[in-house]
Amino acid sequence: MRDASPAKTYALHVGVIALLFVLNFVLPDYHQGLFARIMALAVFAMGYNLLFGYVGLLSLGHAMFFSAGLYGAGLTVYHLGWGVPEAFVAGVACGALLALAIGLLALRTSGVAFMIVTMMFAQVFYLLILYFAAWTGGDQGLVIQQASRVISIGGASLDLTNSTVRYMNALALFSVVLLITLAIVRSRFGRVLVAIRENEERTKMLGYDTVANKLAAVVASGAICAASGAAYALLFGYVGSSFASVQYSILPLLWVLLGGAATTLGPLVGTLFMYYVTDIASGFTSAYLLIVGVALILLVLFFPKGILGTIRERWLGWLP
Amino acid sequence: MMPLLTTKGLSRHFGGLRAVDGVDFALMPGEIRAIIGPNGAGKTTFVSLLSGRIRPSSGMIVFDGADITGMPAYQRVRLGVAYTFQITSVFANLTAFDNVALPVQRTLTDGRSKGAVRTGVMEALARTGLADRAGTPAGQLSYGHQRLLEVAMGLALKPRLLILDEPTQGLADSEIDNFIELVHEIAKRATVLLIEHNMPVVMQLADRITVFNSGRILAEGTPEQIRANTDVQDAYLGATHG
Ligand SMILES: Nc1ncnc2c1ncn2[C@@H]1O[C@H](COP(=O)(O)OP(=O)(O)OP(=O)(O)O)[C@@H](O)[C@H]1O
Ligand SMILES: [Mg+2]
Repeated sequence: MRDASPAKTYALHVGVIALLFVLNFVLPDYHQGLFARIMALAVFAMGYNLLFGYVGLLSLGHAMFFSAGLYGAGLTVYHLGWGVPEAFVAGVACGALLALAIGLLALRTSGVAFMIVTMMFAQVFYLLILYFAAWTGGDQGLVIQQASRVISIGGASLDLTNSTVRYMNALALFSVVLLITLAIVRSRFGRVLVAIRENEERTKMLGYDTVANKLAAVVASGAICAASGAAYALLFGYVGSSFASVQYSILPLLWVLLGGAATTLGPLVGTLFMYYVTDIASGFTSAYLLIVGVALILLVLFFPKGILGTIRERWLGWLP
Repeated sequence: MMPLLTTKGLSRHFGGLRAVDGVDFALMPGEIRAIIGPNGAGKTTFVSLLSGRIRPSSGMIVFDGADITGMPAYQRVRLGVAYTFQITSVFANLTAFDNVALPVQRTLTDGRSKGAVRTGVMEALARTGLADRAGTPAGQLSYGHQRLLEVAMGLALKPRLLILDEPTQGLADSEIDNFIELVHEIAKRATVLLIEHNMPVVMQLADRITVFNSGRILAEGTPEQIRANTDVQDAYLGATHG
């Protein structure tokens, strides 16, 4: 039952955040940078998980929400000279609006049709980025200068190119989104989302407007993914069309499947795992993608519900 | 008194098959109405039209004075029309608690009252005798308990009209006695429309009985009248017994 162990649940999540905080001071430079990237991208995975894991809607177009945030933040800084906080908000707003529009159209479909429709929209978005190369930098992308990536509050200034500042900002975003996801999942809204995943017809017959609930989930998911994209642009100083390509629609799906769909911490675990397997494998051989592939296959064979999903099933039933 | 629900010329065709064929029907507030009829008579299709689960081919449905023919199912539920499925369709992977929490939380207007969901859920589970199963995933309950959970979910919607589609199917005799008591209890606050094959249950519960055959109403009346009706005996009571 969901209220069986709220204390344990909160302790676990706060503990993970605290651990990540401490890691900043322990990790060697290279890994500190990698972790900052992983936390920013885990936000992408969490946004994807909200829709895929909890509502059961498999989108193949989430790269467009990530890149809506990426470009929404990046272009306002680059062309309009906006400050970092405004640009971040602009990125999230772009993602939320895009998700609203796409949701209104794509939610007329379900199942395979939904996958195809979202993929087509993402492809259109990708092509638009290339088409408007004069503003977006096309496939070359744009580099956001260090000077534009400084947050000045009053007299103090935070330089996002500083590795610790970058790490802490990534951690802050990750923590906020993790706690938001946890709150959603434990809320009445979250219960309805899971019910839709389990049996949408039945949920309607309990008086729920399932389309409206799914739309709300798409918008929340799109906004979270856009937050990840916006943070990525601002923290790492680069926007490029590759982030809008189909690969970036598949990646969050892989991360979530690996970590455990419909688990709050699965997206982090999956992203972390993928990054490190790739990193370690590429240290040994140039055929590292082969090793990554084998690792994925082994995981799917032995952990069909993802790492945390399997742990929840076998040992820790209370995991949210 | 004005009927709670009426249908006029209500029909639903599946290809050439007239599953429901021009049905005029009226239900008075507060009554317990049973619908009986042979397998394939159109009973489930008829109540599915009432609940909005499927659309009529033609005809009209009026609930509490308002035309609800074109209204989506979820809005009808909000008006007070609750439907429990003939084929058990509880959320198998969710606990009994969460299954009932879904209808309970929807009827709560005060979104902030933290304990209200729990109280409402435990009350509905207690009324159906499932209180000690709250933490069990619905899919692991016995079939009879799943039927009762289905009823608990219907109850939790606080309906004005509760439609039960063969609720006693798969229940043990002892459970059936409790169930009859439960329906009497429900009927104090709601109108009940009950599809049922088990004739003793029908005879004990129904104020009136409507007999369906081949998509049409064959007869309607009190239990005594229906028992005495020779058409009904030919079509149903004597012959088939599902
Ligand atoms: N979705 C559908 N598509 C095609 N035919 C259908 C559909 N639903 C029901 N039917 C047909 O309509 C007729 C009436 O079915 P219905 O389920 O309403 O009967 P019923 O009176 O509830 O029977 P039972 O006592 O077996 O539950 C049957 O011949 C059935 O095969
Ligand atoms: Mg039936």
